[in-house]
Amino acid sequence: MEVPDQRVSAATFEELALPLFEQLYNFAHWLAQDASEAEDLVQETYAKALRSFSGFQLGTNFRAWTFRILRNTFLTSRTGLKSAAVSDDEVETIASTAPDPETVLLERAAREMVRQALTELPVPFREILLLCEVEEMSYEEIAQVLTIPIGTVMSRLYRARKALRALMVERSKGAPHGV
Amino acid sequence: MACESWSAKLDAYVDGELSPSESKALAAHLQECTSCAAYALGLVQMKRSIAAAGKRYQPGAEFREKIQKTIGRKRQRGGSWYWKIVAIPAALVLILSVAVNLYVDRENARRDRVYSELTDLHVATLASATPVDVVSTDRHTVKPWFQGKIPFSFNLPELQGTDFTLVGGRVTYLAQSPGAHLIYRLRQHEISVFIFQDRGDGTAASAPISMLSFTVESWTKNGLRYFVVGDVGAKDIESLSKLLRDAG
Repeated sequence: MEVPDQRVSAATFEELALPLFEQLYNFAHWLAQDASEAEDLVQETYAKALRSFSGFQLGTNFRAWTFRILRNTFLTSRTGLKSAAVSDDEVETIASTAPDPETVLLERAAREMVRQALTELPVPFREILLLCEVEEMSYEEIAQVLTIPIGTVMSRLYRARKALRALMVERSKGAPHGV
Repeated sequence: MACESWSAKLDAYVDGELSPSESKALAAHLQECTSCAAYALGLVQMKRSIAAAGKRYQPGAEFREKIQKTIGRKRQRGGSWYWKIVAIPAALVLILSVAVNLYVDRENARRDRVYSELTDLHVATLASATPVDVVSTDRHTVKPWFQGKIPFSFNLPELQGTDFTLVGGRVTYLAQSPGAHLIYRLRQHEISVFIFQDRGDGTAASAPISMLSFTVESWTKNGLRYFVVGDVGAKDIESLSKLLRDAG
């Protein structure tokens, strides 16, 4: 496709960007843990994406590109800067103290418990799990969104799952059993 | 915990990120290794629960409008007719076909459930010490026996000149409704005939289909639903079905 004129570009942008609206909002809310902050994030993402749309090459992954803008916007926001204070070492500790998986527990776990555990996860783990399971992105796409190599996607995903499992096992141990 | 050599690849496997050959090799390994299989199952369950739990937040209507106004182009411009003519019918067709497929899947699942329940009844009855409560080869004895025991009446075929013989009958239940369970013999095989009231919510009639080496045929006639279940071939099931249909 030739370099689009302004009108065609706006039309194409809407066609590409509007269908992502709900996904972007869900992801933003998960990151920010706050509705109005999520709205600000989505709005700013759309504004930034529209501004730099001429630099976006058709044929490359628009969804990954937009999610990357959203995530970067979040990371530079107030909440985002706070969340980034979790260092990689801490993240590593949470993961490696995790006990073995108890698959039965996971199966029985209520959705609310998964939600709670996801909320408690550090942002780097929360976001990669959401991109993989909710957005069903490929490793390649996740790598684009997070601007990390695919190898890192794999190891972080592994650690994120381990950490989530650990949180859920811990919670179900804390819960009262039986009657 | 999963085997050392494979554990690193299990996550990529359940995420569909292995190459076809690696994927095949790992699938073969899962057949043999319980701990890897359990671990993979756990991963799949976790993927599913995250996917369900993660779809959580919906944008408000006001905000949606605001965004649409910000990035949307003006409506009703030249070119939009194309979408009305092409996209809307296409979308309708898509929605319809999805709905039809869902419906067919559900119907098939329901039919399979009913059929497997009847197959169970058939097997359980034959395995019992007293398969039938009324023992008689005479249809004029068997039919009146059901009077007052089930809320409907039915006709049984004359079997003279055929290979089938009537063994007897008993009252049975399917989905809380009473019905007649008749047993016929063909050579060394027993065939069950179930008759229930057709409540309209049941399964669609079907030509003989095979389930776990049993053949099942079903139809409705005069407000009754018939099922014929046996381990004989489709041809024998069909000929008994035909006799019953002609009699009923």
